[in-house]
Amino acid sequence: MRLLAASFIFAASLFAATALAQSPPLRWGGDAEGGAPFLLPDPKNPREIIGFEIDLMNAVGRQLKRRSVFVQNQWDGLIPGLQRGNYDAAVNGIEITPDRREQVNFSIPYYVCGEQLSVRVEENGIQTLADLKGKVVGTLKASLAQRILERAGGMEIRSYENQNNAYDDLANGRLQAVLMDWPIAIYYSRPNPKLKFVGPSIERMEYGMAVRKEDGALLAEINEALRTLIRSGELRAIYEKWEIWNEETERLFAGMAAQPASSQVYADFTQNITKTLTWRERLRRYASYLPPLLLQGAPMTLAISVLSMALAVALGLMLALINLYAPAGFSWLARAYVEVMRGTPLLIQLYLIFYGLPNLGIRLSPLTAAVVGLGLNYAAYEAENYRAGIQAIPRGQMEAALSLGMTRVQALRHVIVPQAMRLVIPPVTNDFIALFKDSSIVSVITMVELTKIYGQLASTYYDYIGVGLLTAALYFLMGLPFVRLARWAERRLATDRRAE
Amino acid sequence: MLPVPPVVQFRGIMNSFISIQNLRKSYESHEAIRDISFEVEPSQLTVIIGPSGCGKSTLLRCLNGLEKFDSGTVRIGEVTLARNQGTPEREVNARLRRLREEVGMVFQSFNLFPHLTALENAMLAPVVVRKEDRVSVEKRARELLGKVGLRDRADYYPAQLSGGQQQRAAIARALTMEPKVMLYDEPTSALDPSLVGEVLAIMRKLDDEGMTQIIVTHEMRFAREVSDKVLVLHEGELIETGPPAQIFSAPRDERTRSFLKGAL
Repeated sequence: MRLLAASFIFAASLFAATALAQSPPLRWGGDAEGGAPFLLPDPKNPREIIGFEIDLMNAVGRQLKRRSVFVQNQWDGLIPGLQRGNYDAAVNGIEITPDRREQVNFSIPYYVCGEQLSVRVEENGIQTLADLKGKVVGTLKASLAQRILERAGGMEIRSYENQNNAYDDLANGRLQAVLMDWPIAIYYSRPNPKLKFVGPSIERMEYGMAVRKEDGALLAEINEALRTLIRSGELRAIYEKWEIWNEETERLFAGMAAQPASSQVYADFTQNITKTLTWRERLRRYASYLPPLLLQGAPMTLAISVLSMALAVALGLMLALINLYAPAGFSWLARAYVEVMRGTPLLIQLYLIFYGLPNLGIRLSPLTAAVVGLGLNYAAYEAENYRAGIQAIPRGQMEAALSLGMTRVQALRHVIVPQAMRLVIPPVTNDFIALFKDSSIVSVITMVELTKIYGQLASTYYDYIGVGLLTAALYFLMGLPFVRLARWAERRLATDRRAE
Repeated sequence: MLPVPPVVQFRGIMNSFISIQNLRKSYESHEAIRDISFEVEPSQLTVIIGPSGCGKSTLLRCLNGLEKFDSGTVRIGEVTLARNQGTPEREVNARLRRLREEVGMVFQSFNLFPHLTALENAMLAPVVVRKEDRVSVEKRARELLGKVGLRDRADYYPAQLSGGQQQRAAIARALTMEPKVMLYDEPTSALDPSLVGEVLAIMRKLDDEGMTQIIVTHEMRFAREVSDKVLVLHEGELIETGPPAQIFSAPRDERTRSFLKGAL
C-alpha cells in the first residue's frame, strides 16, 4: 500500500515537472473533409493535413509558444466538440454569427469573404441572385450561402455535404448555378473549364476562431496573436501563398480597430433566436419546427420508404425464385447479387448511383436515385426473407400441386408463394421499419427528407436535443401504423392457425 | 448413377389399362425398386402391401412421375413414361403434366393447401391448369365435396377440419381433375384410428363406381375385403401378386407369410 502511494506521488511529481517544462499543445478542431483551401489531406502525402488554416494556427501557436495540434472533427459538430472539451479552439471557416456567439466566444475575424456564384460557361442568363428565380441552385448544407438563397426564394435549392459533388452536378447539368464561399469557389469552380464565375461576390462573412465561453484568457491570447500576425504581414503572406488574399480582408485588416459588424442577412435571420427563451417561447419555437418536419420532411420520408420497399419486395421475390428454381448460372448470379448488396455499405451504393452513374450518362433525379438505391439494397434482404419463407413450405405442397397437373410456375404462383408471403410478414415488416429509418441516409444525395430537415433545424438553432426528440418521435409515430397493419395482415392471413 | 428424367411416349397397342415393365430405381447405394413389373385392368382396386421401407411409396410415386426411375417403363392409358436421355426437358415436362392430369394422387399427410378453403383447394387445379370456367368448376367441386361427405365444410380451411375430413377433402380435390386413375400413398396412416373408416369408405364407394385405384396401405382387412389384386413388396422386390383370397389365405412366399403374421 505504502509502495503504491509512493509510486503515485512519484508519477504525479514527474508529470508536474514535464508540464512546467513544456506548455500544453494548442489543440484545435477542424474538418479535413471540408477541403481546399481550408484543410485538406496533402495530395503528395495524404497522411499529412495541409491548408491555410494549418499555416494560420502554426503561426498562432508560435506566438503563444504552444505547439499547434490539429484535431479532426465533423464540421457540423465542431462547436459541440469544442464544448465537450475535445480541443481548445474550433477553426475551420466558421462564420461569426450572433447565434453561434450564444454558444461560444469568437476571436477577432481572421478572414473575410463573400459568396461566389458559378454557372456553366455557356450560361448567359444568370448574373445576379435575382436571375436564379425558377432555377435549380446548389450550395453547401447549413451554410451562409444556403440562407442567402433561402432568403432570395423562388428557386429550387439543393444542399450538398461536399463542394465537389455540387460543382460536378453543375457541370453535368443537374444544377444551373452554385453559390458557395469565395475561397471554395476559387479552388473548386475556377479550375473547371466547364464553369465560370458570374457577378461580384455576394454578402460578406467573417471567419473567427471559436473558443469556449469560460476560456477568456485563451481568447485574449489568440486575439493578441492575430493582431501581431496582421501587423507583421505574416497573415497576408499566408493568404497570398494560398491565393485567397482579397479586397475584403485587406479592408478588414486596415480597419482592425472597428468592431466586427454582422451582415444584414444575419441580423434578419437571428433576430428572434438570440434572446434567452421563456418556457412558453420555447414551446412556441418547437411548434414552429413542426410545419417543415411534418409538411416537407415526413411526406418525403414516407414516399421514399414506401416506394423503395415496393421495389425491394418485388425484386427480392424475383431474386429468391431465381435463386431457388432457375438454372445454376442464374441462381448463382442471384446469390452473388444478394451477397454483394448485403456486404457493401448502403452509403457507398447511394454515392455510386447518384454521383457515379452520371459518368456513364445515367443521370437520376435525387428521388429516383434514393428509391433505386434503397430498393436495390433492401431487395437483397427481402430475397433472403423469401428464400427462407419458400423453403419453410413443406415439400408436400409442391408435390401435391404437381400431382394435380400444375407446372412448377403455376405451383409457385398459386400454392407456394402465397403461403411464403404469409410466413414472411414479420421479417418483412421488420425490414420496412429498418428501411424507414435508413431512408434518413439519402440526405447525402441532396434529398430533403425528415432527417435533413432535422439537421437544418438543429444546426440553425443549436438545439440538437429538442429537434432530435421531436424528429425521433415523428419516425416512431409514422412507423406505428405499418406495424399495426402488418399485425393485422398476419392475423387475417394466418388461415393455417385459425383452428387453434 | 444419377436418375434421368423419364420420358413420355405414345404407343398404339394396349393390353392392360396400366402396365409397369421392369421398373428399377436406386438411391446412391440402395436399390429401392428391383425390376418390378405388373399390370392393372380398368376399374380394379389394387393394393400394395409390405413392410416399412420396402419401396411401396417409391413405386407409387414413380407412377405419376414424382419420383424419377432409372430404367423400365410406366404406361397409364395412352401415356408411357420411359427412361430416355435425348428428350428435351420441356417436352418431358409437358408430357408428365399430361400424365398427371389423368392420375389423381392422395398423400399420407393430405398436403391440402392451408391458405385455401376446402372448396378452393378442389377448384384450384381445374381453374389454373385447364383454365376451366369458375362457375362450372365450383359446381363440380361442391358435388364432389358432397360425395365425400363435406357438403357443409366446403368453406372451411384445412386447419379447421379433422384429419379424416382433410383426407376426404384431398380426395375430392384429386377428383375434380376427373382422373382415370387414383393413387393413394398410405392414405389412413396419419389418421386417428377412429377416423380411418370414413376414408376407407370413400375408396370403397369409388370402387363401386368403377374407378381404377392403386392403394399403398397397412389396412389389411380393407385390402382383404375390397381389393381385386394384392402386390406384396419386400426390399424393393415384388415377391408375390395375386387375388386377396389367395394372398391372405395361402401365401406362396415365406416372406409374405411372415409379413402377414406380423401385420395381422
